[in-house]
Parts: sequence; structure tokens; C-alpha cells
Amino acid sequence: MLIFLLKRVGVVIPTFFGVTILTFFLIHIIPGDPILIRTGERGLSDERYAEMRAEMGLDKPLWKQYVTYITGVFSGDLGKSITTQVPVIDEFFTLFPATIELSVCASILAVSIGIPLGILTAVRRGSFFDYSVMTVSLTGYSMPIFWAAIMLILVFSVNLGWTPVAGRMSAMYWVERVTGFMIIDSFLSEEKGAVLSALRHLILPSIALATIPLAIVSRMTRSAMLEVLNEEYIRTAKAKGLSPFKVIFVHTLRNALIPVITVIGLQVGTLLSGAILTETIFAWPGIGKWMVDSISRRDYFAVQGGILMVATIVIMVNLLVDILYGVINPRIRHR
Amino acid sequence: MSLLEIKNLTVEFGSIEKPFRAVDAVNLRLDEGEVLGIVGESGSGKSVSALATMGLIEFPGRVRAEELKFQGRDLLRINDKQRRSITGADIAMIFQEPMTSLNPCFTVGYQIIETLKVHQPDTRKQMKARAVELLEQVGIPDPVPRLKLFPHQLSGGMSQRVMIAIAIACNPRLLIADEPTTALDVTIQAQIMDLLLELQEKSKMGMVLISHDLALIAEAAGQVVVMYAGQVVEIGTAEELFYTPKHPYTAALINSLPEHAKGKKRLDSLAGVVPGMYDRPSGCLLNPRCQYATDRCRNEEPELKGPLKRQVKCHTPLGE
Repeated sequence: MLIFLLKRVGVVIPTFFGVTILTFFLIHIIPGDPILIRTGERGLSDERYAEMRAEMGLDKPLWKQYVTYITGVFSGDLGKSITTQVPVIDEFFTLFPATIELSVCASILAVSIGIPLGILTAVRRGSFFDYSVMTVSLTGYSMPIFWAAIMLILVFSVNLGWTPVAGRMSAMYWVERVTGFMIIDSFLSEEKGAVLSALRHLILPSIALATIPLAIVSRMTRSAMLEVLNEEYIRTAKAKGLSPFKVIFVHTLRNALIPVITVIGLQVGTLLSGAILTETIFAWPGIGKWMVDSISRRDYFAVQGGILMVATIVIMVNLLVDILYGVINPRIRHR
Repeated sequence: MSLLEIKNLTVEFGSIEKPFRAVDAVNLRLDEGEVLGIVGESGSGKSVSALATMGLIEFPGRVRAEELKFQGRDLLRINDKQRRSITGADIAMIFQEPMTSLNPCFTVGYQIIETLKVHQPDTRKQMKARAVELLEQVGIPDPVPRLKLFPHQLSGGMSQRVMIAIAIACNPRLLIADEPTTALDVTIQAQIMDLLLELQEKSKMGMVLISHDLALIAEAAGQVVVMYAGQVVEIGTAEELFYTPKHPYTAALINSLPEHAKGKKRLDSLAGVVPGMYDRPSGCLLNPRCQYATDRCRNEEPELKGPLKRQVKCHTPLGE
């Protein structure tokens, strides 16, 4: 198990460097100057411009800037945001809970609905139920997330008025920041109704963010279940006289979950990148929205740092999935 | 009362309008302590008959029978729950592919104890002790640590031994062995057959041994049933079938044994394959492949005739 872990970590290091190189050079390639964007139409004198460039180290050759950046990364310093002058890492952790809150809600939605749907459709393969669920899930999978989100807002917020249009909390309440997770914070605060408001704000963005993972998880579960149901060991299980419930939930599901878990792990990347669109549409103050804003401000340090953090999280989750995969699949654990 | 009495067993697949009969009006009888062999080539309906007896044919397959009696109880006229209480306990089955017949996610111990838990629940300790005892019975040395192994850590022969341990866990009265040695090495084949026969002898259970290997059947089984395209074509003792086969199909099967081809350049074989779903001939199903076929064979289906223990389904039986 230790060797297995070390091997996995060994693969992580080059990925990590790749991400830093890619983000660094890509953001610098994009035309636009962070200082000019910041000063706007007012403009500034040439001397002040040169001074500011030197201050941020933008006057040095690119490779030198990269070296400065990467040495900073290893000492835990991602630089200061050009726009706010706040250390990128602080900014990231201020906004991150909002993204986590949204992603967790979306994953819970996707997994808790997707897996049961996958099981049911596999067991009732060829039924009307199966066809309708699979059609809907294909639709969900092919729908652009921004369109789905706008439609959700249009129907449920604008026409029906059931849910708020955007944001994390109604302006009526003031909730003190403790953990950064609005549900927990509102629970801790004295404000009555704040929890409900936080939940109501979460509904639409979670649904929008969950559509694609939900579609993928349910389809994956279904096909994995169908494959396993045809295995000979399932016939053995039936030949033991086990109840259909046990055959499906113990013998089939356990094996079918192996590919499903991998897919769920991979969805973390989708969730975080999907969060960019969802957060922008729902004005959700999380990492996704921050990234988009930083890119349009050419805030090099914020973009580099933010993407690096997100990439690290995705890498970590994949590592976790690999380990979990080993736990659930004895063929990998015992080599 | 016989242990197993099957009358007119029919298993159909496909649509209701255009069904495919995998098993066609099969009659079988088996007494306590008897070993019944079923032979036939691929697609002859051997396995499907066995699965139907176990209750493992699922929708869209349809099982019908005038009688499917086990210990006097008609298995087709009890509910699913009652049926399951018999399956795996009183009737057990082992399969052809031991390597894929065990669930890769669970340990050997779990899979043995699971059967005990369903049919003869006891304390964990007792069931574990029983599992150890079972592994010993099927000839697995040092069984205690082996309980913790996963199927991928076992060899083919070892897996089949575990499958046998699972099958005999609840002391079944009938064991169906569907090609139990086909997927194994030759040296292991003999060991597994010896083990099965030894267990059968000791517990006096009935055994249905399915194989396409005539030599193996001849060694093990008393009564032998030859199947072709879902039908029983000949019944007799192994000796009778071997030395005086009456059905041209049985004769062809025996002729195709490599042992009969000493000094010949080519092995004898029966040309063609078992007719598929929609290309069944009229009359005797063997007639396109049979060198003795007459017009009568092509038009009129023969009946299974003769004394109960020596029957043949042919218009022109050999040696008559």
C-alpha cells in the first residue's frame, strides 16, 4: 500500500509543474496589461508606469518572473493580487468555502440521485422508466450549463418566484463569517430564517451544477450494473438462494461501484470548472467567479495562484479516489 | 419416490410469437445417491435444463413443465421465496468457469459463510468453524488463513474447490455439476472429479453431471442422457451407450473421441452444427447431419421409445 501511494505521488509532481508552467505562460500570452486595466481611462505617467512594473517584477524577462513565481510557490507565497493587494492565498481561502459549499451540495445531489437511478434503470432495463430516465439524463448531459442555469432562474425565480435569483444570502439578514460556509454560519448566527434563506439560495445553483455529474453518474451506474449483472458470479449468488435484494445491493453494486467511484472522482474537476459558469450566472462569490474576474483584470498573480490551488485540489482528490479505489477493489490492493 | 422427477420440461427464449425452444419436452429422473450424466455438444440444452432446475432462468426465458418435482415437491408451483430456500441449500450447483464464478470483491470466507447465513444461520464463530471444515473437506490445506483470500489470489483448481465447498455447505441432496472440469488443467480435472465423486459417495446425494466429455461421464455416471438441440435423444447406462449406441448421434459422439482415431490421419467428426434459433429442420432434428436419414426422418419426428432405462429417439436405431 505504501509503495502504491509513493508511486501515485510520484506521478503527481510532474503534473504539478506542468500546471504551473501552463498557467503562467498562458496568462502572460493573453494581450492586455494589468496596470493599464487597473488605472483605466485616467491613464498614468510613463515614470509611474515603469515604477509599478518594477514593483510587481513585470519588467524582468518572463523566465525570471517564472523562477521568482515558482520559488515563491515552494515557500507558500503565491504573490499579492494586483487588484486588491491582498495575498492571493488569503483571497483564495476567503472565497473557497463558498465554492466548496456549492460543489458539495451539487455532488450530494448527483450521487444520491444518480446512483439509485442507475440501479433502478439497470434492474428494470428496457422498461418505460428506464427509457425516460435515460432520455432525460442524456438531455441533462448535452445541455450547456449556462443555458440550463438561465432557464432555471427564468422559471423558478422570475416566473414562479420560489427561489432567489442570485447571491448566497438575502440582504435582510446579516450573518457573521465564522467558517465561510453560509449554512453553518447562518446556523450559528442569531438571525431567524437565515438558514432557510441560505438553503433557498443554494437550490438553483446546486441543481445547475449537478446536472452534468448527475447525468454521468446515473448512466455510468446503469451501464456498470448491467455489465456486472451478466457476470457469472452473479449467477453463483443467485444459485446460493440469496434474495434479489442481496444479489443487487451486495454482489452487484459493490462491483459496479468500482468504475462509478472513478467517475465521481473525475467529476470533482468538472464541478470546479462548472463552478466558473454557475458562479458567474448566480453571482455566487466563490473561486469560479473570482477567477473569471481576475482573468478579465489580467491579475496575473491571482490567476496563477488560483488555478494552481484548484489544480492541486483536483490532483489531491484524484489521489484520494485512487486510494479509495484500492480499498473497494481488492484486486488492486493485494498485488 | 425419486429425488428429482422432471416431466416435459420446456424452456423457451425469444418472443411469444416466435419462441426459441432451448429445452424441448425433456424428462429426467434421478434417485437418491445416483449420478446422472448429461452429454451433448454446445447448444444442446444441457446447461439450460440444469439452470431451469435451479430456478435460474430469468425473464425473458420461460420455463414450463408438467412436473418439476424435487423430493416430491413441485418446484414450479411454490413461490419465489420457498424456491430460494431450496436453491443453494437442498439443490446446489457448480459451474464451468471457477475463476469468474466467485465474486472478486469478497473473501473466500465471506462467500462460504454467506450461504450458511441464508440457509442455516448460526453464530459467527460456528459458521466460521463450519467454513474451515468445508475447506478441509474439499482438500484445501491450511484453511484458516485461506478464508481471508480473495478469488484473484486463487488458482483455477482452488477456485473450483471453493465453489464445491460453497455448494456442499448446507448438505444438499442434489448437486448439479455443469462442466465442472472443462476450464481446468488436465491434471486438476482428475482431482476435482475424484473429489466430487468422493463427496457424492459419502453423503449419498444425487448428482447431475453435465459434460461434453463422454469419457468423463462414462467413468462417473450410472445412467446417461444424451441431448441434442434441446431434446433427449438417447438414455442408457454409460456402458450401453459406449458399446452399443442406438442413436446415430450418440454413435457419432463416440466416434469423434480422439481415442477412436488411432492410426487415422484425421479425427472423425460429425459435420455441421446444432441447428440455431430459426433454422430447425422438420422431422428429426438431426436429419441434415445424419448419414442414415431417410424421407421419414425428414418429415416425421421420432418418439423417444423403449424401456424406461434404455430409450432412443430414432426411426432407424442402430443395431436393430
